[in-house]
Amino acid sequence: MVDESRAVLTGTHFMSGDLACAEGALAAGCQFFGGYPITPATEISERMSRRLVEVGGVFVQMEDEIGSIAAVIGASYAGKKAMTATSGPGFSLMQENIGLAVMTETPLVIVNIMRGGPSTGQPTMPGQQDVMQARWGSHGDYEIIALAPSSVQEMFNLTIECFNLAETYRVPVILLADEIIGHMWERVKIPPAEEINVVSRKKPKTPTAEYQPFKPDKDLVPPMACFGEGYRFHATGLTHDEKGAPETVSAEVQTELVKRLADKIRKNAEKIVKAQRVMLEDADVAVIAYGIPSRAALSAVREARKKGIKAGLLRLVTIWPFPQELVSDVAKQVKAIVVPEMNYGQLVREVERAAKTTPVILLSKLGEEPHRPSEIIEAMRRAVK
Amino acid sequence: MRMEIRLAGFGGQGIIRSGLILSMAACIYSDKNAVQTQSYGPESRGGSCKSEVVISEGDIDFPKVDDPDIVMLMSQEAYHKYVNTAKKNGTVLVDPHMVQDRNDPPNLKIYDVPATKIAKDIGKVIVANVVMLGALTAITKIVTPEALKNAVLRNIPKGSEDLNTAAFEQGYAYGSELVRKQGKTEP
Amino acid sequence: MSESNLMMHHYLAKYLRQERMPHIWCEGCGNGILLNCFLQAINELNVDLNKIVVVSGIGCIGRVSGYINVDSFHTTHGRAIAFATGVKLANPELEVVVISGDGDLFAIGGNHFIHAARRNVDIKVICANNFNYGMTGGQYGPTTPLDAWTTTTPYGNIEHPFNLAHLAAAAGAVYVARWTSLHVRRLKASIIKALQKEGFSFIEMISPCPEIFDRYNKMGTAVDVMKWFRLVSQVRHGCDPAKAEITENEILVGEFVDIEKPSYGRLLREMTSRVQDKLKREES
Repeated sequence: MVDESRAVLTGTHFMSGDLACAEGALAAGCQFFGGYPITPATEISERMSRRLVEVGGVFVQMEDEIGSIAAVIGASYAGKKAMTATSGPGFSLMQENIGLAVMTETPLVIVNIMRGGPSTGQPTMPGQQDVMQARWGSHGDYEIIALAPSSVQEMFNLTIECFNLAETYRVPVILLADEIIGHMWERVKIPPAEEINVVSRKKPKTPTAEYQPFKPDKDLVPPMACFGEGYRFHATGLTHDEKGAPETVSAEVQTELVKRLADKIRKNAEKIVKAQRVMLEDADVAVIAYGIPSRAALSAVREARKKGIKAGLLRLVTIWPFPQELVSDVAKQVKAIVVPEMNYGQLVREVERAAKTTPVILLSKLGEEPHRPSEIIEAMRRAVK
Repeated sequence: MRMEIRLAGFGGQGIIRSGLILSMAACIYSDKNAVQTQSYGPESRGGSCKSEVVISEGDIDFPKVDDPDIVMLMSQEAYHKYVNTAKKNGTVLVDPHMVQDRNDPPNLKIYDVPATKIAKDIGKVIVANVVMLGALTAITKIVTPEALKNAVLRNIPKGSEDLNTAAFEQGYAYGSELVRKQGKTEP
Repeated sequence: MSESNLMMHHYLAKYLRQERMPHIWCEGCGNGILLNCFLQAINELNVDLNKIVVVSGIGCIGRVSGYINVDSFHTTHGRAIAFATGVKLANPELEVVVISGDGDLFAIGGNHFIHAARRNVDIKVICANNFNYGMTGGQYGPTTPLDAWTTTTPYGNIEHPFNLAHLAAAAGAVYVARWTSLHVRRLKASIIKALQKEGFSFIEMISPCPEIFDRYNKMGTAVDVMKWFRLVSQVRHGCDPAKAEITENEILVGEFVDIEKPSYGRLLREMTSRVQDKLKREES
């Protein structure tokens, strides 16, 4: 029995990022979780296994991450808001079915608590090494949405946002967090249920017999019928026309479909993209950061200002679609951009592309410790000297 | 004011739980902000283990410990690795029974708290971390004893309240005694 | 009667997405027989067509979900059962049927098969077993007989095949039956039975593959293969599936397993009620 009265734990809590993520999912109306244990995302599964039963939802521990995401796609098509949570190795296993979810326009949320890679890497240590995989991990051309939380509060807030975006654009949305944020404990405020903005799926208004499952509205997103509602439609991972019929030879259908799948994100990018601008108005040097390094960056920018360096921060909340315009604007104004990342240089490439001639400095960090504020200040000092 | 605390030992000693208790005492039972982060290896028991807590009246931007005001060390490995990370004139608590090979650096206020032995005498080694937290509260006054006790009670299994309260009290008494002998250290 | 007229007037026509016809399968292939038996079964049971979902994987038979005029989904290779698990658990009112091939279900998807059977998820799995990967041109798979010739066993197959019925039974299926595409009435009866049964049911249909596997292995036309089915198949209800290995001289068919066991969905709903009742008691 679905019991929504228990879904939102209104109040002030001291929680880890993983737990706040689970609570965010429940507050967003998640009723299905399919997952497989993996460090450092396991706590999300553990929380969901307890809480989903309380609210009358379904928790199932699948045999692997391939099965997890397949079950999540199925649950979404059966009408439930659904999610999975994993880390690098499991995220790799999910890639083929992320493509299926893109192709069949399945709303769902994938949480990736990033650890050190490649391969098994450093399971208990942080990383931001799956940024490009989140964008390009499945084969074929597509666009996807990924958000990067930088606090435990954002693990709650952005998980809700992920569900809202997934339902709005019929696309898999990735919460791309790092191990530090996932395992970090901080204060979280959970508002009353009525103050939480929860987006529901756009349903078809056409009579069942006339319904075309992949015929888009003006926003390029087709209304979504679910199994059991009488529409009796077909969905496939094959290239398909608006009726859902496979079309495996027509270049026209292939072109139209692939372009629309990308354009429904690209053309709505302005509405999707979120970032935080801190002290950028008169800045000479900017830090562009996301996730855990943005916390050190914030500290560094405040300290640098005290030392007379005109520093500012652009904290990216949306990673994909990449906030091209926002980064370009910052680049036009400053002398240099510092990009601290817990990888060997991933999002910095996108920053470089948007920054054009403005110098971009990568501060790479691998392993246990994130960037210290002092390292970022030093990089800024060098950059504007 | 921002205070940084580093707690280190090995897996199974309740190091990460200690960090949670301390940060909860600050965040839930005092009117402060707190962040706890942690670092551990693949072992559930025996591997090296570290928990870091930042406590502040204001917002906490950088959540990690950079230059710790307080360091609590419960294993030989932790001692070697972290005793020198404490800031100048910082406070260091060491469990002397777990750390025999000592080379205490100067310019630190070092307090020996035999938490593991005290815990054993009470009945269970497993509460050594709570003994240590009791001493830490008495020595550093970073949170009130009431706040810490409340946080302890919230973080332990039902039925172990008496044991943990005793552990806290004894640790707190031991810490107070040390302060009387060695001089206190206000945050 | 013209072909299009026949399509309109056939009593099973309403179950097909007629605009998708003709299907992609070869003449003599068993997939059409399987589809026919399935449609007859849902016709006889008078199933609510708005409450049945057909899921398939990749391969020749994978296209079947697109042909049946119910809610349907054509998943990635091997993942039909995992997808179906999500559908069934998310909406227990739906009747969820997976129709797929031996390669899809037992090679790339083998892990999902055994775990869905172990969990006793309330889904029905119908497998067309043609002993090879037909769609990619006839490579050997998990059911290819020892010594058989395929395009990737040019010197003969040196791998031992799975006995699918035995595997399903060992993994925990509550209903296991095997038929050949010759046994149309019995196959239909098994599908009807499985649809009425709670829990993970598995039906294997041995199928000819006249243009690929059967041709490579000089088994003659589809009719010759059907004659071979008649010659070597023996109905043995209740037979120990471990003893039902398929050989050149013997194909044991029948209902091998028919047991009762609570499904995953039922246990989940019972647990949910218990937990919610306890919470309510604690609150009041």
